[in-house]
Amino acid sequence: MSTNSQALWTRARAYQDKFAALGAVVTDADVLQPAGTLLDLYGEDIRARAFTTHDALRGELMMRPDFTVPIVQQHMAVGAEPARYTYVGKVFRQQEQDESRPTEYVQVGYEVFDGADPAAADAEVFAAISELLSDLPVTASTGDIGILRAAVQGLATTERRRAALMRHLWRPRRFKALLDRFGGRMPIPASRTALLEQADPMAGMPPLLGLRTESEIALRIDALRDDASSDPISNVERDLMDALLKVRETAPNALTALRDISVDLPSIGVAVDGLAKRLDALAARGIDVDALPFETSYGRTSMEYYDGFVFGFAADAELNLPPIATGGRYDALTTVLGGGTGVPAVGGVIRPDLVAIAEGAQ
Amino acid sequence: MTLKLGVPSKGRLMDKTFDWFAARGVILRKSGSDREYAGAVEGIDGIELVLLSAGEIPRELDAGRIHLGVTGSDLVREKLSGWDQRVVEIAKMGFGGADLIIAVPNAWIDVDTLDDLDAVAAAFRANHGFRLRIATKYHRLVRDFLRENGVADYQLIDSQGATEGTIRNETAEAVADITSTGETLRANGLKILSDGMIHSSQATLFRGRRHGWSQEQRNTLKALDEKLTG
Repeated sequence: MSTNSQALWTRARAYQDKFAALGAVVTDADVLQPAGTLLDLYGEDIRARAFTTHDALRGELMMRPDFTVPIVQQHMAVGAEPARYTYVGKVFRQQEQDESRPTEYVQVGYEVFDGADPAAADAEVFAAISELLSDLPVTASTGDIGILRAAVQGLATTERRRAALMRHLWRPRRFKALLDRFGGRMPIPASRTALLEQADPMAGMPPLLGLRTESEIALRIDALRDDASSDPISNVERDLMDALLKVRETAPNALTALRDISVDLPSIGVAVDGLAKRLDALAARGIDVDALPFETSYGRTSMEYYDGFVFGFAADAELNLPPIATGGRYDALTTVLGGGTGVPAVGGVIRPDLVAIAEGAQ
Repeated sequence: MTLKLGVPSKGRLMDKTFDWFAARGVILRKSGSDREYAGAVEGIDGIELVLLSAGEIPRELDAGRIHLGVTGSDLVREKLSGWDQRVVEIAKMGFGGADLIIAVPNAWIDVDTLDDLDAVAAAFRANHGFRLRIATKYHRLVRDFLRENGVADYQLIDSQGATEGTIRNETAEAVADITSTGETLRANGLKILSDGMIHSSQATLFRGRRHGWSQEQRNTLKALDEKLTG
């Protein structure tokens, strides 16, 4: 379906009207966004996903790859809680791998900035989108990045190792490699052993070049020494992390499994309580939580701003479509974009073009 | 309809390409004066020589404006997204070898692996307030490589030449560049990461997709294949 077809926009506006009826203020964002903000958030990888252009005065600009970032910026600048927003418009994505995927498509979004009851806000967003898909054979997926974060923060190891793991939460391969190394399951590179064996590695240092200073190098060597003398992450904790990452069940069974794990990994207790509250809130909104899938690892490879509840809706696998709707909680993003002060926030988007395809296939 | 064969228009790469084909019974040469970019082919019928910049050959192959082309395997990977869906390697030619690598200052005695680079990038960003800069002209290859290897908190700075000098000039902290002997790197006080080999490149004969080719063109390719495989 063309992104300019009237039927598509009619459908998109109907969705927006539904969100507005829930109390959302209709808002919008510029197509061209300063590239710097997006690059700082996502890193260089965003260049493979977003279209970049240039203005002689404003420098590098990107065609919005999503609405969330500019909507959060607007809210942090002028908004007050609680607030609900809805928007409709095109987003633009490069497709380096699959030419059949569109480079521009319409999203309709619903974002909730309301910290009074996070579980209720999570359920509100999920239910609002689920409602729009109630006539379609879609499969929901849910997860909770907050449980994984709590598990890492609770590991009995050095702060530096916890920070390194947190930094790579969204890169599963790197995360696993770090966990293996901190758990003593991967050999230390020979070059590092050789460096640390020297009494004074800085003594024979070649001439400095570039911005990185001698003290930065010395500090890193201290950190490496500190790390080499730290105990490995225990096999018990390592196995618990593995068990945690493997949880993939219907929500009530997942909750039971997570409660079992939290007996030995008490740091996830509060986050697991949060999951229980969210399931209650979802049930209160008429969601069949007994059949709702939950996966601890869900959402780990997507864009790295979700830090709590995450969800998606997929059409029949045979249609080979991207998720029809996705969303999640992004409290930390509001802190980054709000210059230190954050607000609890959760939101989701739906793609009317994919809904139409899935309907047509019925 | 002839098959158009794109060959780098000057320098060692052109000479070596001519030698490589000559050893297989296909004589390529520039026609007219040395400055003229027209060519002639002997030893096989139906092939037309097109002389152009090595950097343009991937794009021309992809667009179907040439049918065969000699260029660096690094350039094809850098310039064509999903390159192996778009062109086919016919023969690695065994010259023009160069490695795309990541290098950092010798003084970074704490850095030898990508794991080190990633840790330094995180600390550098915290200390300096911006992401560690890697100068390169191979944006796609470097970005894909670093993503696969889970390196974060870096940025790519475009550098089309004299890349090794960017660190001394404080416009970058590391470089990703091609090297054949490592001499330029050493002369500029840089060392290669032990697991930082992004791509080992060499001159390669590629062909584009064959849709739209005539029977005559297909026959010519077959005849060429027979010559090349001897």
